[in-house]
Amino acid sequence: MGYPNPSHGRETPVLSKYFGDPEARTLAGWRARGGYESLEKALGMDPVEIQTMVKDSGLRGRGGAGFPTGIKWSFMRPDGKTHYLCCNADESEPGTFKDREIMRWTPHGLVEGVALGAHAIYAETAYIYIRGEFTEPIARVTAAVEEAYAAGILGANAMGTGRRLDVHVHRGAGAYICGEETALMNSLEGRRGNPRIKPPFPAVAGLFGQPTTINNVETLTAVPYIIKHGADWYQGLGRDDNPKSRGTKLFSVCGNISRPGNYEVTMGFPFGEFLNELCGGALPGREIKAVIPGGSSVPILTREEAEGALMDYEGMVAAGTMLGSGGVIVFDDKQDMVKQIARLARFYAHESCAQCSQCREGTAWTTRILERIAAGDGHARDFDTLLSIGENMSGKTICVLSDSCATPVASGLKKFRHEFEAKLGPDRSRGVVPVMLTTNRSAVA
Amino acid sequence: MSDTTGPKMVTLTIEGRTAVVPEGTSIIEAAKTVGVLIPHYCYHPGLPVAGVCRMCLVDVERFPKLAPACATTVMEGQVVHVHTEKAREARTGVLEFLLINHPLDCPVCDQAGECELQDYTFQEGRAESRYEEPKRFNPVEDFGGDVMYVPNRCILCTRCVRFMGEVAEDPVLNVSERGDRAFIGKAEGHDLTNVWAGNVVDLCPVGALLSKDFLNKARAWELDRSASICTGCSQGCNITVETRDNTVVRLKPRSNPAVNEYFMCEVGRLDYRWINRRDRLDQPQVRGDGGVLHVADWEAALDAAAAALRGRRVHVLASANASNEALFLAGELMRTSGGRGVFRVALGDEAPLPGVPDLSLRAERAANGTGARVLGYETLSTTPTIAADDAVLVLDDSLEGDVPDALLEAIARGAVIVHVGTTLPARIAPLLQVALPITNHTEEEGTFTNLRGRVQRFLQSRTAPGLARPSWYVLADLTERVGVTSGFGTPAEVFTAISSVHPAFSELTYAQLALRGLPILDATARGLDAPTTAGVA
Amino acid sequence: MTYGPSAGQLVRPPEHHHETPYVPVFTGERREQLDTILSRYPTKMAALLPALWMVQDVHGWVSEQAVEEVAQVLELSPAYVKGVLSFYTMYHQHPVGKHFIQVCTTTPCNVCGAEDVVQAFLDATGCGELGVTSTDGRFTVIEVECLGACGFATPIMINDEFIESVTPERAARIVAERD
Repeated sequence: MGYPNPSHGRETPVLSKYFGDPEARTLAGWRARGGYESLEKALGMDPVEIQTMVKDSGLRGRGGAGFPTGIKWSFMRPDGKTHYLCCNADESEPGTFKDREIMRWTPHGLVEGVALGAHAIYAETAYIYIRGEFTEPIARVTAAVEEAYAAGILGANAMGTGRRLDVHVHRGAGAYICGEETALMNSLEGRRGNPRIKPPFPAVAGLFGQPTTINNVETLTAVPYIIKHGADWYQGLGRDDNPKSRGTKLFSVCGNISRPGNYEVTMGFPFGEFLNELCGGALPGREIKAVIPGGSSVPILTREEAEGALMDYEGMVAAGTMLGSGGVIVFDDKQDMVKQIARLARFYAHESCAQCSQCREGTAWTTRILERIAAGDGHARDFDTLLSIGENMSGKTICVLSDSCATPVASGLKKFRHEFEAKLGPDRSRGVVPVMLTTNRSAVA
Repeated sequence: MSDTTGPKMVTLTIEGRTAVVPEGTSIIEAAKTVGVLIPHYCYHPGLPVAGVCRMCLVDVERFPKLAPACATTVMEGQVVHVHTEKAREARTGVLEFLLINHPLDCPVCDQAGECELQDYTFQEGRAESRYEEPKRFNPVEDFGGDVMYVPNRCILCTRCVRFMGEVAEDPVLNVSERGDRAFIGKAEGHDLTNVWAGNVVDLCPVGALLSKDFLNKARAWELDRSASICTGCSQGCNITVETRDNTVVRLKPRSNPAVNEYFMCEVGRLDYRWINRRDRLDQPQVRGDGGVLHVADWEAALDAAAAALRGRRVHVLASANASNEALFLAGELMRTSGGRGVFRVALGDEAPLPGVPDLSLRAERAANGTGARVLGYETLSTTPTIAADDAVLVLDDSLEGDVPDALLEAIARGAVIVHVGTTLPARIAPLLQVALPITNHTEEEGTFTNLRGRVQRFLQSRTAPGLARPSWYVLADLTERVGVTSGFGTPAEVFTAISSVHPAFSELTYAQLALRGLPILDATARGLDAPTTAGVA
Repeated sequence: MTYGPSAGQLVRPPEHHHETPYVPVFTGERREQLDTILSRYPTKMAALLPALWMVQDVHGWVSEQAVEEVAQVLELSPAYVKGVLSFYTMYHQHPVGKHFIQVCTTTPCNVCGAEDVVQAFLDATGCGELGVTSTDGRFTVIEVECLGACGFATPIMINDEFIESVTPERAARIVAERD
């Protein structure tokens, strides 16, 4: 439901059904709402059976990449090694705040999903990595885990099955990049949150070098519903002409919009109706100018492009952007796109882990140019430089933070070039800057 | 490979050349085998792979994106291109990024001339910078030990951090902060004092980590370089002696997988000033009538020395830093006359480099103790017995520094003393009959035998002072005049004689030793694999 | 027009070293608490972030001495601990005000007027500048990158307390309520 707004009739609340309901937070309250029935059922199932069911449901990773969850789980086979499940609760993508609400309102829903996921991948231990700033979600989830241990749901004899299931909450400490799965594992291991080179993939060598699966909060919380209502039920949610995106999805809506909040709709929902009906459209007297539909890392859409898009993985690709994390950022006509894109670049420059040359230097350089343009001291050649730097920053680094910085810059320059041009100052070209004062080359040889 | 138990081989094409390498090899290493150098910064064969500089991106057919050559293992049938437009542009991009905050201060940077940032920028960088913004600035920091950090030149390749963490296992360096604010940091009160820490200066591909000792001493292109062996201990690290105007200004490790990989310790690295000492014995001297030591020409001095030694039992007090060749020739004097050979050697604490098997700063702080033992010398443990009509040949600098009175008294008991050395220590001067000036190991060539029995050649890197002659040459001449050898004209000929006389050296030839050396036969059986526990007199 | 210190990066405050000796964190009950945390992981290193949190809870920041203590307890090197510590922006490497105020100014909040909220806090606390601790030592205000509550612009954090939907007017009230 559109928490903190009342639920809209066109929403399909599954994960968000109990947002705003404090009773759902307790173990008793969660049980009264059918909680932990799926876990009990799943603990009686063979992991492969669960993997197949999730595969059949069509559930895809809700963190941003959209990788089919069942297939990811099926990489985990009993091999005598210690397996780990990591729950990625490092929700940090600007514009995204859905996992926060899941953890605040239905922490047991997450714990159930995590325990179920751990069983499905032959793991005894799961870690929920929650970003450090989420003090309330950390408290809620920690309380739920403690309740679950006390009730024998977790522990040495999980739900009386004789099997061990441990779930631990791990607090981050302020680093966007830890939402990248391998960076999260490094962080959990007590290292700098540097993304790792892949391969090896986590399913082969992940957390503590062991086979690991990492899933987003929303993904794991959805699984108990699939176990309860069946793969067909989940498969039945979505637009008829797209078999690739199924189920419901939480969309966080923020920025210049009448009713910001979290909305849960079925995949493929028309974006125009979503923005204008469910979210109430622009603020009074203003007009929507641009929309970033999937968290700050995806290409920016103009209002027209956004209103014509469909809200699923393929629909957003067709519109020239990505579904990403489902964080919708709305800009209205009062906004200075140059300033806002510069602000986004600054975010990435702040968050770059410093490993790859292109990202470490490129995000900061991009920011400096954009802030100079925003301050009225730009020149047309800066546009070419920005695009060229962006090109050099894309597809060349260990993770995609660098690409994420370049993407909104490129799409912003393409779609709102007039705003950039309006900012240009007098040409104070410095001419050719020599790249390096040289020593005598022949003497070196 | 015909050996069926060997690794599975993979065949691939790199820049149109066919490479056949063991499974699991990285593209960057495979490329080396066919003569293709893929530009790189963070990769170093002696360190764990980081894959962060993104300089070694190559175009692999059927890969959607450029692949880091250091972190991508070869696959059968793979076709790799290093010089496609796409790969070249990626490298140019990296170079531009690495230079935006760089001070471009090559004219005052010690690394200039041997800087990989400079080299690759000349090779493939942009001719001009597009960077118009202010540059980041961080002050220079003293990292302790011999290391200085210039953060403005740092490209965050993390070689230094990985070396200290994974190879030296003394993680005193870190990457601090993040984004473009990141720098190489350390904790307060924990300096780069590890005896292996100086290697971070060699590993640094740019001018960010510098040797304080070498600071502003010379430009890289002014240096002459010669292959040599470190005399700091019995490990026998392969090194390059670097001289400017005939003066040794620094020692650098020279890669040898069988001995020191890519590294050397501070004891060896920083102890080179003695090589340049000016108070050398640089003219032959003979004690004349009236008991005064006076300068003589070589002919007269050699004749005088030969006359003094001939017909007497000759004992040799040798140095553990003398070459195998010198030790062998001097040994002929004692072998033919029934004398004894002893040598003195200083001892210190062992300091292994944990990340490299069998690499350590060894207790025995001289290069050729093993060679001396194999050639029939004993460690001097008690005061030698020298009869009144015996002769003593003092070889090299065995009487430098602290010499026990008992040893001097014992030597003084001999009838004649011939000194063959690079200097003339004050306490021996009054005792000797003839002093013959020889060159030190950087002024001549020859071989040392390290503690594992590996025989390694060192080459000449500077000219001899005054009339000093190579030790093997002086001893060949002297022994020929005494009548115990004949016909040696080169160190190689001396070595051939060694291998024909000493079974341990048989089948080794001077030429085959090349620049990385070869083990003597049966090293294990001779107990050479155990660290020596020799004592000092 | 220049790109100065990033949002969230602290400007080093004047050093006011008190002569009080360092009080170790991991003794008694807290040592037991750390042992419990250690039991959840196969390596000691994995307890580094939790240990640093414990230090900050006790001392308000993580000093060089604290780095030494954590390093010793977890069998790591001080440099390693510092490298990790400085990666995560929530750990303070310098003393901060009693009320450490972080205001989200990333794009979603920025378009909703977060910069005005920052200014309101700077004015109300008397800090004047970002990253500077007020002369009475009570407040430090910094900009922080996305707090993950974008629908509740502008969210702020005061130490571990999370406050949603802060307006410039409310900022002044929030400051007035603090001791």
